[in-house]
Amino acid sequence: MPTLDDYKGQTPTWCPGCGNFGILKTFKDTVVELGIEPHQLTVVSGIGQAGKFPHYIKCNTFNGLHGRTLPVATGIRLANHDMLVIAVAGDGDCYGEGGNHLNHAIRRNINVKLFVHDNQIYGLTKGQASPTSMEGMKTKNQPFGVFSEQLNPMALAVALDCSFVARGFAGDMEHLKGLMKEAINHKGFSLVDILQPCVTFNKINTYEWYRQRVYHIEPEYNPENRTEAFKRALEWGDRIPVGIIYRNSRQMLEERIPIIMDKPLVKQLPDLSKLETTLKEFY
Amino acid sequence: MDYTIKIGGEAGQGIQTIGDTLARVFSRTGYHVFTHQDYESRIRGGHNFFQIRFSDKPVMSSRKKIDILVALDKESIPLHEKELSESGQIIYDSASLKQKYDKPQFLDIPFVNLAVEHGGNKIMANTVATGAVLGMLGMELGILLGIIKDIFGKKGEDIIKANGDAAVAGHDFAVKQCITCSFSAAPLAKPRMLIAGIDSIGLGAVASGCKFYSAYPMTPSTGIMNYIAGKGKEYGIIVEQAEDEIAAINMALGASFAGVRAMTGTAGGGFALMVEGLSLAGMTETPIVIALGQRPAPATGFPTRTEQADLNFALYTSHGEFPRVIFAPGTPEQAFYLTNKAFDLAEKYQIPVIIMFDTYLSDSEWTFEGFDVSKLRNTEYRLRGEAMEKLSEYKRHALTESGVSPLAIPGESKNLVVTDSDEHDEEGHIVEDAETRIKMVNKRLFKKLPLIRQEIEPPVLYGDSKPDIVVVGWGSNYGVMRECVDTLSKNVKIAMLHFSEIYPFPSMDKFDYMKILNNAKLTICIENNATGQFARLMRAETGFEFKASINRFDGRPFLLEELLEEIDANIRRL
Repeated sequence: MPTLDDYKGQTPTWCPGCGNFGILKTFKDTVVELGIEPHQLTVVSGIGQAGKFPHYIKCNTFNGLHGRTLPVATGIRLANHDMLVIAVAGDGDCYGEGGNHLNHAIRRNINVKLFVHDNQIYGLTKGQASPTSMEGMKTKNQPFGVFSEQLNPMALAVALDCSFVARGFAGDMEHLKGLMKEAINHKGFSLVDILQPCVTFNKINTYEWYRQRVYHIEPEYNPENRTEAFKRALEWGDRIPVGIIYRNSRQMLEERIPIIMDKPLVKQLPDLSKLETTLKEFY
Repeated sequence: MDYTIKIGGEAGQGIQTIGDTLARVFSRTGYHVFTHQDYESRIRGGHNFFQIRFSDKPVMSSRKKIDILVALDKESIPLHEKELSESGQIIYDSASLKQKYDKPQFLDIPFVNLAVEHGGNKIMANTVATGAVLGMLGMELGILLGIIKDIFGKKGEDIIKANGDAAVAGHDFAVKQCITCSFSAAPLAKPRMLIAGIDSIGLGAVASGCKFYSAYPMTPSTGIMNYIAGKGKEYGIIVEQAEDEIAAINMALGASFAGVRAMTGTAGGGFALMVEGLSLAGMTETPIVIALGQRPAPATGFPTRTEQADLNFALYTSHGEFPRVIFAPGTPEQAFYLTNKAFDLAEKYQIPVIIMFDTYLSDSEWTFEGFDVSKLRNTEYRLRGEAMEKLSEYKRHALTESGVSPLAIPGESKNLVVTDSDEHDEEGHIVEDAETRIKMVNKRLFKKLPLIRQEIEPPVLYGDSKPDIVVVGWGSNYGVMRECVDTLSKNVKIAMLHFSEIYPFPSMDKFDYMKILNNAKLTICIENNATGQFARLMRAETGFEFKASINRFDGRPFLLEELLEEIDANIRRL
């Protein structure tokens, strides 16, 4: 069985008090409790403070480009569906730069887990508005406040019939761990949007601000009802729901490709014995 | 004998079906065949043509003069009548074109009526036309009937018979009515392989153990995706149509990282979107093969036409410095073997390899004796299962003598595989220090590059071994340049120097091609672009300046007579 020591990575360079620490600890607890060995897991990340995440644990890692976590994760899963593939991204990375890939990863229903460190601001580039920044938020680059409407990843995902849609809060680690476990155990594309206070640049959405608003979705809520899910996804403001907002049992992409029904692509060594026959097709 | 047949008509009229079928009949009869197409960026209407040249001697370019014109639309007549050779014939259906032509070289064949009468459906009018062409050439129908059986095999005996009857009707009509036809094409020995450049790249990928191909459709690269997808089930290859080219290259890199040979393909515009991914491949040392189909640009340009103007782009694009290999095959045969070599070098040195082609090479079909499977290089360079299990420690970017670090497959052992687009240490983790940076640049770039350069083959010399005149080119101009050399060598000492392995620029170790150039009186660089990109590369790499250049950038390939005339004009100026 893996231990927390197996997942001990480099020392994070995040600001003291950053919401990412809560996510990091919860993540380690989750994979250890699920008995996942580091070599059975690949974390794909992009750029941003969240992009550094895999260096602070220990597992197979592809730390790629800004916004491009999901295509890389998709390629890895298609080549090896025995591998647990978790994409870790920030709100700018995933909802901004890589927004198109999110739409299509959801449509494909590739069994990738996407954990979004959503701090509603750009941290690494020092405090610009992100797609999830609230309207009116003033920054150096948005001196008149943000004009664009805040992107609602939960509503977007439900609208696209995303296989698993959840929201967690970095300040509520026990609850977040439950969500991460559910997401990992779910078969299909899973989005967990994690509200993550940025103590340096986001002075609006602070720990305090979130604590006053987040509430656990009640146990009797049925996440399989898409209409109800959509209503829940639209809630933002005085009350922000955390928990599993929506879930369905759509068949995942890997189960639909006949070529990999028996074994993963990476385990199938090329068989070129039929080449001569193939060449004959050109006569 | 050396005949050219042109089929002209609107998009959607089945020009390609007639062309492909005739080309196949000729190659199965044993002839050398070369085809080329000209089409607009539309599904229906407009004017397109398909040109087939066949001969009992090798042919590898298109000619201006045509011997038989099959006019499926009215526009074909004014556009192509003047291209007719002295004994040339035009066949058409006056009922379809709603026009009758009374000149002697016109033969009115009721394609539609004969199709209805003999095949029972006007849909077979193209089969009638195909049969008619063979009738005019004095060829038997046996091979065509065999091809009809292959095409319609699944549709049942009735359809096969109806199409066969339609072909016979067209054939017999032409034999009886074409009084002025003086063509003769007797069957030769054994059938030849007939293959287009684009299928050769697809086939080369399949034959190299490619397991993953992701792409976004874009002319002229889509045919690679079509071919590989068609072979996916048989060879166990996943083909994923990505949402855009950015996703396409990143998916392929993901699959390659996970342990399979991966490839993507696109045209110039799509490659522009892939550029950041190209750099990612360079930094993470992830093997990838990229097929780059050139078409006239900038921007959307001429989507369905041909040009060689992306050489600078392929050479210099990307942020940062890392090794890459660029190939530009000149024939479908070269495309097949170079695609294999692309995979081999990508895997061996963990680098991106770009295969450049263009619409002309993509669409043109050539005939060959056959491809030799035993010449393929399919070495496994990756660390799998037991070999990986045995390692006491594993570092993805370990510093080694050759600069090449062992490439392991994640999940095959407890050893972890870590890589990063940031500058990283041997394990693959982010670093900021100058010392590691220098070590890594040395490893990725300076250690690998000389080894890669040794793998590059010099240009091919064809023609006189001590030529006065040397024509130099790269990529798809191979065939037309070679035929020009054949024709002109009757009068002058001329040779062709053709580059298909472009970068790293071939060294002089294996063949001192600079000596050939330096000793020539006239050197001409022939390119399908406006600025002479290859000539500039040559100057940058060797200091050599061409005496003359022939550049074409109207989106059309060089036809044999046209290039001959231009080379000849340069010779006359000597």
